[in-house]
Amino acid sequence: MSTATHDTTREAPAEPTTPIGKAADYLDQRTTIGVLVKEFARKVFPDHWSFMLGEIALFSFVVLIASGFFLTMFFEPSMALTTYEGEHPANMHGQLMSVAFSSTLEMSFEVRGGLLMRQIHHWAALIFMASIVVHMMRVFFTGAFRKPRELNWIVGIILMILGLGAGFTGYSLPDDVLSGNGLRITDGVIKSIPLIGSPLSYFVFGGEFPGHHIVPRLFTLHIFVIPGILLALIALHLFLMVLQKHTQYPGGGRTDKNVVGYPAAPVYVAKMTGNFFIVAGVLTLMGATMSINNVWNYGPFDPSPVSAGAQPDWYMLFLEGSLRLMPGQGTEWVIGGFTLPLNVLVPAVVIPGILFTFLIVYPFLEARVTGDKREHHVLDRPRNKPVRTGLGVGFLAAFIILALAGSNDLIATHFGLSINSITWVFRILIFVGPVFAYYITKRICLGLQRKDRELVLHGHESGRIVRFANGEYIEVHTPLDEQERWLRVNYEAPAPLTIAPKTDARGVKRKGYASDKRWQGLSRFFYEDRVSPVTPAEVEAAHSHGEHDQLDGSERQAVEAGAGTTSREH
Amino acid sequence: MSENQNPPADTSHEVTVAPEAGTAVGPAERFTDPGIPEHKHRMTDTDPRAAKRAERTVTFLFVLSVLGTIGSIVAYVMVPPDGTTSGVRLSTLLLGLGLAVSLLGIGIAGIHWAKALMGDREMVQERHPLASSDETRAEAVKDLNDGLEDSGVVGRRGVLKGAFFGALALFPLAIAVPLIGSVGGDWNISKFKHTMWKQGMRLAIDPSGRPIKASDVTVGSVFHVVPETTEEFRETHEWITEKSKAVVLMVRLNPEDLRTDQSPEGETWSHEGIVAYSKICTHVGCPVALYEQQTHHLLCPCHQSTFDIADSAKVVFGPANRRLPQLPITVDSDGYLVAQDDFAEPIGPSFWERLK
Repeated sequence: MSTATHDTTREAPAEPTTPIGKAADYLDQRTTIGVLVKEFARKVFPDHWSFMLGEIALFSFVVLIASGFFLTMFFEPSMALTTYEGEHPANMHGQLMSVAFSSTLEMSFEVRGGLLMRQIHHWAALIFMASIVVHMMRVFFTGAFRKPRELNWIVGIILMILGLGAGFTGYSLPDDVLSGNGLRITDGVIKSIPLIGSPLSYFVFGGEFPGHHIVPRLFTLHIFVIPGILLALIALHLFLMVLQKHTQYPGGGRTDKNVVGYPAAPVYVAKMTGNFFIVAGVLTLMGATMSINNVWNYGPFDPSPVSAGAQPDWYMLFLEGSLRLMPGQGTEWVIGGFTLPLNVLVPAVVIPGILFTFLIVYPFLEARVTGDKREHHVLDRPRNKPVRTGLGVGFLAAFIILALAGSNDLIATHFGLSINSITWVFRILIFVGPVFAYYITKRICLGLQRKDRELVLHGHESGRIVRFANGEYIEVHTPLDEQERWLRVNYEAPAPLTIAPKTDARGVKRKGYASDKRWQGLSRFFYEDRVSPVTPAEVEAAHSHGEHDQLDGSERQAVEAGAGTTSREH
Repeated sequence: MSENQNPPADTSHEVTVAPEAGTAVGPAERFTDPGIPEHKHRMTDTDPRAAKRAERTVTFLFVLSVLGTIGSIVAYVMVPPDGTTSGVRLSTLLLGLGLAVSLLGIGIAGIHWAKALMGDREMVQERHPLASSDETRAEAVKDLNDGLEDSGVVGRRGVLKGAFFGALALFPLAIAVPLIGSVGGDWNISKFKHTMWKQGMRLAIDPSGRPIKASDVTVGSVFHVVPETTEEFRETHEWITEKSKAVVLMVRLNPEDLRTDQSPEGETWSHEGIVAYSKICTHVGCPVALYEQQTHHLLCPCHQSTFDIADSAKVVFGPANRRLPQLPITVDSDGYLVAQDDFAEPIGPSFWERLK
């Protein structure tokens, strides 16, 4: 958008008369806002229910800020020890606890609406992370991360990681037994880091665990540092979205060069505002009716007790499960007198590192093996990229298996199973499950593509059986209409990369051949199995190969004409 | 290859097709885009009564929202939390329901308005390539070069540049060093290796702090044990930090069940079947709190590391690698259980310098 063309010295148009007109004139003379309004008021956004998932994350974040503001009015992030004087809850009366914990109790029991806000805040955090994950799934499976949106994909991953950080720092603030043990696990993980682990533990806790610095420090991170960065990156995320214009699902008239949808004003303004209020309303309903994190049942932090069945919030379960699955025997190495606890390092640092690296690298990897440098604005149907979809489902399978492993004690108690055997099952599943999920998903995608081909070539089964004069029976297939067909043929099935030969014309070995060869191997993995979209020629051939899948000419007309009276049994 | 999403006539686009990415079908053999599907009218577009009905529904939802707000304020005034858990729950429920109705009313009204009454004709806008034009790029590069020229850096000795970047790179140190230096307390990480247990210190019950007589420990019973200290000390932060390392789980087994403990040759660290082990898991430091009497197994509820108390607290399952360190105990002249010494090795999770 160019503001250079805006001529401030031109003749002023007719004087505005209405109050709104005057206000607009006043503002525009000082801010050039007219250009912005012209650009955005009727900007078109494509419509689809799945584009709302990111909005849910955004609106949960707004609810988090609003309810969090309320909580900071009453929460005191201090680890100073105090004796709880409040009468309620009775089991806490007279107990020695930190001011952080006692202010949490007071905010829950004495502030009107305090417990409501705490519960809304906690539920909003869970929904925030859930909507981020589901939004990422939408982006991944539809290929919305492709050029030009790779950078925004990475911004999104950072937002997700910050969301994990916000959740963790907030969860630890009340200084109850559960959160204290969560911090203790964190301390154990930090200590496992080679070379710098021990000083890092001092760095985090201001001395030995737990000390009396950690809650104020987490508070600063939780209400200032992390939300500050989150806000800035959300702004960047949305800015890039508007700049690049939203992607759209494939369909008639939708190309990489246009946007088809509804104008921002009024449709999107109304829908987004409505969506915000619905998200806020649902979160309030959850906060009002479903109790969460009743810290008074756990009591203030004490390093000695811990209860079984204690689970972190769901988005941390995969780390918990990863810690639980790693066998301890033979995995702590002592090298030159220094201890390397791989039984902690691998599950808590290496595994999440691998998961996040996969997410960050994937868009670039896929572009490389596809040999693709173009801009993409039309989304893929997941079935049309079988390997991508398979890898995504495999990734999710790994995440879910780890999360389930993080609940293995609950599975054991609910189903009366041995925790050891459950753990062993998950230890095997974490290797087998994702591969299996990948393979099955890929096969399903290829199957769906073939089904699409079949439909385009032969049309819908109509359920109408026709008998010819020669006694032959056929079922009439009705051809797809243009839109149905376009949806099924409008995709690319890239072939694996082809590379230059090993030696040039004079038989001299080419530099970089080995690297090309590796990329080609990877490209084969992606695109060896593919189902090409149907071409008009193929449809033509299918119609004329004489199997009467599709009647043509006068014959068909005759059948169509008689169809009204034909019974529709299948 | 891109043609499936663009009109075939668009040759400028075709140039960008990467030559190595083979394509399964040639562009000429493509179906053509049928264009935007025909617009379907909604009920409210064709039937004025339906439009009126939708309008009434939207109005009703906004009114409902107002009622929700009023209800929430009534609940605030009329049902204050009386301090009891059920009273707090009731207040929370009423306040929340009022607020939820207030919010959902607006939300659903807005969506219904947009879907039923606002224009639903899809519009098409052009996209433009994101890359700036070659001229713009050339100008940008020229501007940058001019700027660089004006700065006088080009062609000068490296010393100026070195000094400039050096100063920029170093100045954060003046802030970071004091910050980082202070943020870790005394940085004395050797504290990880010791606890407050020392010779002759009595074992006391957690949390009462009452010392334990060996004769009070019956076979099969479990004690959560802390060092005996003064009441005042137990109300300080130092205590919580020390307790985090010093907590011990003490069990009395039948002496014949106790196969081994960790005492070296010539020493006895247990007392008539009473053994005391660090309660801090050697995995990541959770309190190992679940003792099963029949099997003498001790289970960490966090990650299910399982230790065999009858067999020197060695790991029998789970992610822990090392056995729980044993606290050497004996009895003093009054019959109270006392520590012989601190733990022989660092307790809790492993760390780099653990054996140094």
